[in-house]
Amino acid sequence: MTEPSSSDPRAICVPCRAAAIVAVVGLLAGGFAYAAGWLTPQRLSAHTVIDTFESNGGIHQGFRRNHAKGLCVDGYFESNGGASSRSKALVFAPGRTPVTGRFAIPGPNPTASDNSVPIRSMALMFTLADGQQWRTGMNTTPLFAVRTPDEFYAQLDASRPDPATGKPDPAKLQAFFAAHPDTQPFRDWVTGHPPSSSYANAAYYGINAFYFVDANGQRTAVRWSMQPELPFETVTDKEKGGANYLAGELYERLKQGPVRWHLVVSVADPGDPTDDATRQWPASRKQIDAGTLVLTRAASQDDGACRDVNFDPTILPAGIEPSGDPLLAARSAAYALSYKRRTREEALNGAPDAPQANTTQEARSR
Amino acid sequence: MNRPPLHFSPVQRWLHWSMAIALLAMLFIGVIMVSTLTQAHTTLIALHRPLGIVILALVLIRIIVRIGRGSPPLPDSVPPMQQTIAKASHLLLYALMLAMPLIGWAMVSAGGYPVTLFGAYHLPPLVSADARLFAVLRAMHTWLAFALFALVIGHLAAALMHGLIKRDGVFSSMARGHRR
Repeated sequence: MTEPSSSDPRAICVPCRAAAIVAVVGLLAGGFAYAAGWLTPQRLSAHTVIDTFESNGGIHQGFRRNHAKGLCVDGYFESNGGASSRSKALVFAPGRTPVTGRFAIPGPNPTASDNSVPIRSMALMFTLADGQQWRTGMNTTPLFAVRTPDEFYAQLDASRPDPATGKPDPAKLQAFFAAHPDTQPFRDWVTGHPPSSSYANAAYYGINAFYFVDANGQRTAVRWSMQPELPFETVTDKEKGGANYLAGELYERLKQGPVRWHLVVSVADPGDPTDDATRQWPASRKQIDAGTLVLTRAASQDDGACRDVNFDPTILPAGIEPSGDPLLAARSAAYALSYKRRTREEALNGAPDAPQANTTQEARSR
Repeated sequence: MNRPPLHFSPVQRWLHWSMAIALLAMLFIGVIMVSTLTQAHTTLIALHRPLGIVILALVLIRIIVRIGRGSPPLPDSVPPMQQTIAKASHLLLYALMLAMPLIGWAMVSAGGYPVTLFGAYHLPPLVSADARLFAVLRAMHTWLAFALFALVIGHLAAALMHGLIKRDGVFSSMARGHRR
């Protein structure tokens, strides 16, 4: 044993030094575990949300966890230069930008009936000439039911199917709506707007606000929508009988020729909310027609170009920036996890002796 | 007579400590950004890619410097077995520091995403878009990140052991230069 001596630092409490080492290492490892969320499994995370989609709707291997049923489309965007003074993004300079897109209905079930929901969605990926991209996911509703990820999760939780009936408990949903009056404008909109008879005659709205940034760095708060050239029509009784009329109708229509929409940009007035998707901006706001979306081809989502695309609305070219809308980051995080899981399932199912998915049809689809 | 140096060169020490900060920041950014649903997700992703490229550039410089200048030998008091473990763990650290940014870059490319650094500035894809390759690289990026974190922790614990308990000059070879 060494004799204690103040001049020899080696002798000063070796256990204390060892404890200090353990403390440093423990703090770092503990901090990492906390940052990863392992110590707080109840904290709302991308995992909580995607796990809930899976428990509500079942796991459909290789499919998107939401908006699972859809089809791919291809075409281009013909910019007229109308938005180029507001945004420096190349996509708004006059000229064509190739587009890969996807039409879908909300929900986690890839075999759901088209009539199961009144909403349709359009997702687009613009591939700019220099390799930048603009991805956007839009719905036929111009506003969203909830404002924050927490409210979204509460809604998801309230929609859990009752094991007895296989359907959400109406009482739970009523309680959720009563506790969240911000959902009222969305519910009123859905009640007042019957579903479209086609993917092609509906308007699609980029529910969240964004900023356009011009060449001088000037920022403009905007929302965008795709307004169809075809007149809106509601679902007929005949269509209501078919579970897959939306995809079939689009294939048939595209045989006759391309389908077009106008990209209409709404410009916010000062004071218009940019972080609240439950509130629309007044219709009187300045509208810019930025050009025409021309869709020319459709393909199955099993092998179309949209199959492996994650339509993350925060993938934006220089000239478009996300707003402070809390749903944007949440969508990005949740979509990334959904993409990770379905590509993983695809990779595993593609391996020679991989176990089959629940149904053979699902195993083959993505 | 040329004696082997007792300390790493100032450039090596600068590289070591700046990379130590960058790596730890990167590991924490990584685990937070994939779980959080808050605005931090967007901010951290925007930080993760350019910081990864900075780390890639630094590790390339570091490898060149290390090959050129070498490292101070471990003292004879360190038993041969530990010397071997030390060498192997350093080799692994270098391999992971090099592999992680490259896997990340390839993974983003395989996912069909633009490899955005800042503004319109983006890198060319390292591989073409392929969902299965994405799946493999995505899994590798996660598990190797955990392996790297474990190695960093082990490296830190060993360094502190040398610095606080053994006091054999191993820690000070990276902590400071020649001062008598």
